[in-house]
Amino acid sequence: MASIGKIARRTFLIGTAAIAGGVAFGVYQVRKDAPNPLIAGEDEATLNPYILINQDGITIIAPRAEMGQGVHTTLAALVAEELDAAWDDITVLHGPPAQAYYNQALLGLALPFRHYADSDFQHNLRKNVGMVGKLLNLQVTGGSTSTKDAYDRMRHAGASAREALKLAAAAQLGVDASTLRTEDSAVIAPDGTTLAYTALAKAVRDITPPDVPLRPKSSWKYLGKSMPRTDMVAKVTGTAQFAADTKLEGLKFATVRMNPRRSGMISYDDSAARAMPGVEAIIDLGDGIGVVANNTWLAIQAANAVEIEWEPATYPADTAGMLAAIKASLNNAPDSTTRNDGNVTASIAGTEITAEYIVPFLAHATMEPMNATALFTGDALTVWSGNQAPIIVRDKCAAAVGLTPEQVTVHTTFLGGGFGRRGEYDFSGHAARIAAAMPGRPIRMTWSREEDMRHDFYRPAAVAQFRGVVADGTAQLLDGKIAAPSVTHISSMRLVGQIPPGPDRGHVEGAADQPYAIPNFRLTGHLTDLSVPLGFWRSVGNSFNGFFFDTFIDEMAHAAGADPLQFRLDLARREHAPSAGVISAVGDMSGWTGTTPDNIGRGVAFTYSFGTPVAEVVEVEDTGNGIRINTCWIACDVGTALDPSIIKAQMVSGAIYGLSAAMQGEITFADGAAEQGNFYDYDALRMHNVPEFAVQILETSPHMGGVGEPGTPPSMPALGNALFDLTGTRARELPLIKTFDLIL
Amino acid sequence: MPTALTINGIAHLVDLPSDVPLLWVLRDEIGLTGTKFGCGVAACGACTVHIDGEAVRSCQVALADVWGAVTTIEGLGTPDNMAVIQQAWVDHQVAQCGYCQSGQIMNAAALLAQTPAPTDQDIDDAMQGNLCRCGTYPRIRAAIKDAAQRIQEA
Repeated sequence: MASIGKIARRTFLIGTAAIAGGVAFGVYQVRKDAPNPLIAGEDEATLNPYILINQDGITIIAPRAEMGQGVHTTLAALVAEELDAAWDDITVLHGPPAQAYYNQALLGLALPFRHYADSDFQHNLRKNVGMVGKLLNLQVTGGSTSTKDAYDRMRHAGASAREALKLAAAAQLGVDASTLRTEDSAVIAPDGTTLAYTALAKAVRDITPPDVPLRPKSSWKYLGKSMPRTDMVAKVTGTAQFAADTKLEGLKFATVRMNPRRSGMISYDDSAARAMPGVEAIIDLGDGIGVVANNTWLAIQAANAVEIEWEPATYPADTAGMLAAIKASLNNAPDSTTRNDGNVTASIAGTEITAEYIVPFLAHATMEPMNATALFTGDALTVWSGNQAPIIVRDKCAAAVGLTPEQVTVHTTFLGGGFGRRGEYDFSGHAARIAAAMPGRPIRMTWSREEDMRHDFYRPAAVAQFRGVVADGTAQLLDGKIAAPSVTHISSMRLVGQIPPGPDRGHVEGAADQPYAIPNFRLTGHLTDLSVPLGFWRSVGNSFNGFFFDTFIDEMAHAAGADPLQFRLDLARREHAPSAGVISAVGDMSGWTGTTPDNIGRGVAFTYSFGTPVAEVVEVEDTGNGIRINTCWIACDVGTALDPSIIKAQMVSGAIYGLSAAMQGEITFADGAAEQGNFYDYDALRMHNVPEFAVQILETSPHMGGVGEPGTPPSMPALGNALFDLTGTRARELPLIKTFDLIL
Repeated sequence: MPTALTINGIAHLVDLPSDVPLLWVLRDEIGLTGTKFGCGVAACGACTVHIDGEAVRSCQVALADVWGAVTTIEGLGTPDNMAVIQQAWVDHQVAQCGYCQSGQIMNAAALLAQTPAPTDQDIDDAMQGNLCRCGTYPRIRAAIKDAAQRIQEA
């Protein structure tokens, strides 16, 4: 067992190494509050980076991107709960790029010990290590960390603002602040005198918000309830502002064509394109071209008419070459061994099974194609961008047009889907570069769907080999090897110019970190040196390891002659109670008996990811006209459920995202370029083939878990396991449409 | 020569080449950005609008071919005066990222105009052309059924 000293030392190494290349700051500097980026006008008050009050109302600044996951609503509820703001009075805005909005929880995910087994001490350590995130400017929406990160900070913001408003009211009324109470965005005196927060905006400006304790859960009015989403009315009336909807005086419309082989441009001939209607400029971007026109469609037509000679890809030209490289790396010495319990080399009595699995590259395919709007005026650049990392966007755009970060303003709009894709800066940079070629002229740049599909940063293809031994109805040994190019390394180099130190935990997450008591349990990671463009795809490593690991667990259960649900329950019960709880709950919800009629199959799967254990049961039916998914039952344990409606929506969303990929998602490469280009060859579940869902939220975990991603990993093995139950055929390769006659 | 269009009851003269799709006339020329671009090939339904009450993919209708009065999401209802179907969407908290929802709602509104009490099969048939990457389908289905009931009871 690790001593405190050992954990602290490892932690320190991560903390300091993570800022290697920068400056090592002392603890004081890490803990010091970052400056408030909000500037209040004359009659306004900004009491902290999250709240702006003026005569018009109360604005809550969300430090995270609203990409559908409901984060604006839940973060606003954290503030409003303590502030006693009436829900209808609140406006929520995206925060600007600013250190104050660093994501403390994200970095905590990198700590070496098993997340599910966190003691209070380890939980606090994770939080403190996360403080380094402020120095790294990690204003990132990702890792299912938003509510966890904001939980204390934004409630404190609301509480201290409330007390400051009471002090302002007390001074105005000439009474003691302790006699005042707050309700519905107003301070109320014992005699019934009511002072609206908006009327106190000027008076509260100069009051230092006091630090006060947070209210107990038992007194919550908003938190724990399903709140009306703050973005809902705008999104059903077509009035929500996505980056692609930015309207500016004199706006022109642009698109780009970049190398589908993801390298440089040798030459181009735009003579035909220049003569096309509406075209105003064709811009040499060095590694591609930008077209500016008086209409987006005309710009896309012209871009397609440019003859371009591209440089070849720097990675293997086709999928077979990439998969060969990935498979070969399984034979290399491991890059990580982050789980090594017992002794997997010992001779263990029992039934031995082995399996090899393979999953493909995947695209994010957000509904809103990548786009951004930009205005360059020589000494300043303004960018409107739906993005998950505003500081990175600001700094990269500044560098792209030769300005300093201080000269760049980034407005984060609503995101028409993110799933990790909008943590990138490429599309914002394109808009900035086109704008820089046309000073004074605002341009709105939109990619075609084909450009989007072929210039994604993909979920990597991956291969795994497992060996297991079962005896006495349970798992005695599991030895797994996972090979893929590293999302962590490739993305980190691209986004922040350095590779995080230590073992690549993201590469094995969803397998090495699973809360199963298998006495002899080893998981090694094997990184493939492949320069293919990769990025963070909803649930990241869990998206492939969840499938590998749980499918093999299912194979072990069958080899052991055990009920698959009971087999998992036994393994989890001995290691992590909340995980056992969700497996048990999904069994109850689905009425799991272990047997099904002939034309029905059921599969169970479980993954612990982003602090949340999730178990899913999928039921499939052979209709005689193909196999359809009937129902998906989901049980999750989030510790503290802040908004049940949003959590349920995220679990269903995550599962549909995963089931879509498991059924039919596949990006293949030929001649160095992705072969898929649009939704007709990269599709997803739709209304006619989506299953029914039931979701149960448990709250037994001692710490809050994420909700945006954990629904995705177990959905894929649950479907595969159900198809095995139905057909007796074990699919060890995704997508499943290659093996089964699924209804698409 | 400019092309005459009626959009949400307002007459417009549009000076663009006749092959520019209605979608891009609406978004870039008229400034009605509630209608969304998703695929450009009628594979996702994000650009759905009504022409004379019929749901069409506006990315596939050339400016010269617009055969009747156009209604977009902005013409269906406004934040202060939502259509029944939009209110049902709010009550069921359907939208997540929201990008596909204009198209989903316009398609569902046309379904209800033709089929006031749709069965699940009717909903499947009518809505399968509308893609949602957030996976809001279960709530869309519930909202359509709820809106159907409210319209019938009204």
